[in-house]
Formats: sequence, C-alpha cells, structure tokens
Amino acid sequence: MANDVWVYIEHKEGAVSPMSFELLGIGKILASDLGSNVCAFVIGDGVDGIAKEAIAYGASKVFAVEGATYKTFLPDAYSKAASFLLDKYKPEVALFRATSQGTDLAAATAGQLGFGLCTDSIGIKVDGGQVKLTRAAFGGNYTVTVVNEKAKPQIATVRPKSFAMPEKNDANQGEVVKEAFTVADADLHSKVLEFVKAATTVNLVEADIIVAGGRGVGKPEGFDLLKQLADVLGGAVGASRAAVDSGWIPYEHQVGQTGKTVKPKIYIACGISGAIQHLAGMRTSDCIVAINKDPDAPIFKAASFGIVGDYAQVIPKLIEKFKSKLNK
Amino acid sequence: MKIVVCIKQVPDTEAEIKWDIPKGTLKRDAMEATITNPFDEFAIEEALLTRENYDGEIVAISMGPEKANDVLRNALALTVNEVHRLTDDAFAGSDTYATAYVLASAIKKIGDVDVVFCGKQSTDGNTGVVGAILASILGFSQLTYVSKIRSIDAGAKKIVVERAIEGGVEVVEAKLPAVVSVIKGINEPRLPNLMGIRKASKIAIPEWNAGDLGVDTGKVGSAGASTKVVEIAVPPPRGAGEILKGEIEDIVNTLTDKLIDLKVIK
Repeated sequence: MANDVWVYIEHKEGAVSPMSFELLGIGKILASDLGSNVCAFVIGDGVDGIAKEAIAYGASKVFAVEGATYKTFLPDAYSKAASFLLDKYKPEVALFRATSQGTDLAAATAGQLGFGLCTDSIGIKVDGGQVKLTRAAFGGNYTVTVVNEKAKPQIATVRPKSFAMPEKNDANQGEVVKEAFTVADADLHSKVLEFVKAATTVNLVEADIIVAGGRGVGKPEGFDLLKQLADVLGGAVGASRAAVDSGWIPYEHQVGQTGKTVKPKIYIACGISGAIQHLAGMRTSDCIVAINKDPDAPIFKAASFGIVGDYAQVIPKLIEKFKSKLNK
Repeated sequence: MKIVVCIKQVPDTEAEIKWDIPKGTLKRDAMEATITNPFDEFAIEEALLTRENYDGEIVAISMGPEKANDVLRNALALTVNEVHRLTDDAFAGSDTYATAYVLASAIKKIGDVDVVFCGKQSTDGNTGVVGAILASILGFSQLTYVSKIRSIDAGAKKIVVERAIEGGVEVVEAKLPAVVSVIKGINEPRLPNLMGIRKASKIAIPEWNAGDLGVDTGKVGSAGASTKVVEIAVPPPRGAGEILKGEIEDIVNTLTDKLIDLKVIK
C-alpha cells in the first residue's frame, strides 16, 4: 500500500541478531497511526529464515531481493536493489538503523532516488498525517524536527535503541514477496577482501550497559578496573576523548562528538568531567551514573545518580557488591 | 593522481549557535568562532599523505558563505594546490542531497578526479551521509568509515582500504574513482607553517556559483531541499539527578540496588 511503513532488516552475510528487527516496533506504531501496514525488506543471498523472523517480529509483509551478488553487504549492489524496491512500491517511509550498514545503504539509496534523508532520528511521530522525525544537532544541544515533503518514500535512519523492541510471536502470519533484480558483476565497484574481527569486541552502539572512563582514570591500567566492572555487568567499556588522546585506550572505545553516539540503558561515567563534546555522545542514555572527585564537574548535571569520590575506590566496591547481589 | 578534498566550515563547538528560526537554518555568517570541521582535518591530511606517497595534485572545495574562505585558506596554508568556494544565494538551506549535488557538480567540473576525500561527518549537522550520497550521484565507489588506506594504484584504477565498522575491520578493494570518507585516527593532522599561512593569506579564493557549476537551482537550497526543518528545540534537561551521600559502603549498596531494579543487568 502506498502509505506503508517499510523497515530495512540488516544482516551480516545472513546472520541477524534480535536488534536487526528493532525498528519493526516503532514501524508498527507509525503504521497504525497512518492506517497502513508495517513491512520489512531484506536483500541477501537466501533470506527465507530472516523473512520468517521479521514476520514473527510483526512485519505483515516482507519484500526480498535475493542473489549471490548480495551475499556480503556492498553499498552499490544493495542500494540499487533497495531503490528498485522502494521506487516500485513507494511506501510512505523507509527506516534504516543508524549503524554503518544502515547509514551507508540509506544514504546511497537516497542518492539514487534523488532526495535527502533524515539521519540518526531519536523521535518519530505521525502528526496530521505527516511523518515528523526528530534528531539531535550540535552535540545534542538542540533537537531539530524534520519533514521530508517531496520524498516518497521518506528515508530515515534511526539511532539504535531509541525505541522499544517489538514483541516476537512465532505464530504470526505474513506474506513474503520476492522480486527479481540483478546487478551485473561488471557494475560492482567494490569487493570485500576480508573481515578482521576486533581482538576485543567493542560494540558500544549495541551495548545495554557501558562503563566509561575519562581523564580522571589517570592511567591505562585504570581501564582494567573499568573492564572488570563491565564484565560483571555484561557491558562494554567506553572512554572520553581525553582518555583516548592520552593513549590509554584505543579510539574505537571513544564516545562523544568525534567518537560514537551511544544510547545504553545504563552509562557509568568514571572520572569524566562531562564536556559538551562527551555529553553529545551519551546524553540520551536512559540512566547515567557519574563518579567523579570534583563535585562541580558538569557530568553531575546530566547524571541520574552521582557519587562524589575516587573511581579507584568506588569501582572495586561496586564490583564486590554486584557480584554478591547477582550471585556471580 | 587528481585528489579532491571536501571541507566544511563549522561553528566552534563551544560557540553560541545563531539560528535563522523561520528558515530552520544556521546564520553561518553571524557566528564569530568557526573552525574547519574536525573530521575534515583528517581528510586534508590524508589527501596530503596521498600526494606525498603517489604524487598528484589536490583541489580543496567548500560550499558556504564568505566565512568558508577561512577554512580554504587554512587548506592552502597546508599546501593544497588549488581551492574553490562553491557559493550562490540559491544554495542556502540545502539539505544533504542538495549539498552532495552541488559538490558533485564541482567535482565533475574539476574533471578526471581519482579520489575524493571527506570527513566522516560534520560536527554541526552531524548527518554523516554527504560523502555516501556524493559517491552515489557521481557513480564513484563509496568507501566510508575508512581507518586506513592500504594502497592506491591510479594506473590500474584500484584502491584498497580498511573500514572500521561494528565488531572489526573490513578490508575492501574498490575501483577508482572513489569517495573516501575518513574517521578520526587515520592520521595525525599536521599544522600549517608560518610561511604557508603568510602565502595563503594573500591568495584570492576563487568562487564558483550555480551558473559556473551548471547546477539546476530548482534542485538546491531551501527551494529544492526535500527535507525541511519544521521545529528547533532545546531538549528537555535531564531530570535533576540524585547525589548519593554517606559512607561509601552505604552509597554502593544503594546504587547497586537502584541499578539492579532497572532490570537491565542480567
């Protein structure tokens, strides 16, 4: 239908996680407000399993393009297939996760279709029949609400974890529509030679819990302590720019304006003063805990819970207490 | 090798932001403290390193009002060979697609370009998609989140890069021409020297307008942009936090209870 809401299901060579389906949750709400349906679309080499799972997560229809060309994500092949589907069915809106793959694909697809897109949305609603998207700008000091009047579909990327996960029900029924679309090998611009997995998997964007350290951590070994707490909580380790620039921890851990933007459920900031560049990357976290020696540190203004104290004394006690309460 | 680097003038992060509220755009000319977009410094440095390693010339382009001359002068001081400012009243209010379309028109005008470097995103608009749209419009290879250039072979029209994406590093071989958007840490940007700064200060910055670029003005600016800002707001402050006071044992006990109550920790 013309005003359907489409959700792109990302995968890595066929592998998905529950998070791949997260936008079907907000998609369903938008579709209900628009009086339409939420549909999924997926591109890959053999996607029956993914399609079935998308239906379980609430998609009423799944549109798919399949072929050996689409085994690995390539922006040109995928965006040609995506723009073919979106141009043929012209849904009201097409949502992508603001991950590297989702952003690459949304941008290239918008480029092919010839319109702009809204990126990293943190709010989406239907207002007077129109879809309005809200995003942060200037390091989260402002939010801007955008409409995309001329584009059909409106293309948007959505900050991961901004909306509730959809319910999964394996009894759901839905239709899978497969469309034939091929890209000639000669038209492919690139190929992936290899993927080198990071020694320590740092997936800050997907983490529910982040324990982060800043200048106040004082030394590289300080991050071992933070890592211990993160391990007990099943979380990831983040860092401020000051800690990264001091060489205490690699760049892939950096949260903030020139690092990653994250939205975990719990963010524990240790020895982080809370400069606006850092807040830009984490201020939309659900619960922020600040541990800092300086009672005047700006981080306390953004914190849900604050402890004025030395992280080196507080963290070991937190580890001990969590271990005993969580029976670990 | 012909290298283009796209750069942007952005407000200093600490500066007061001046909006044109009815238009939903920034008053770029009214803001005093402006800088080269931090990610673009890595793009300029990568262009310089590429020229050093493989020979060639660098053209830096920036779309923006007169203030954008500052960032182009800085690029000149860093010894890029040529600069152009893309400016026209019709460009004001351009969205991501319109911006990429203007940049693409300039790159076509420059001609025979092998590699276009840009920063991963700007620190003002934060969209992070102009590079990818640019590649899509030009039909160039789209290489984003690039953390290392392994090799460029202009003769064989081939480039191999490393991309830092979720969970690891992807090694990609792509055809030239390519748009390469780079992340922080790919290099250590150098500073211009005094002689470079002095030399750059005397050069008049050439301008290209919509007519020069063959840009269809119906497709750019507020008139052409498909996305429109309808509201600008200051996000609600986070609820007043609670400073936990008392003996450390008690504080830790309270905090762990509160966090466990959130039912997030498994």
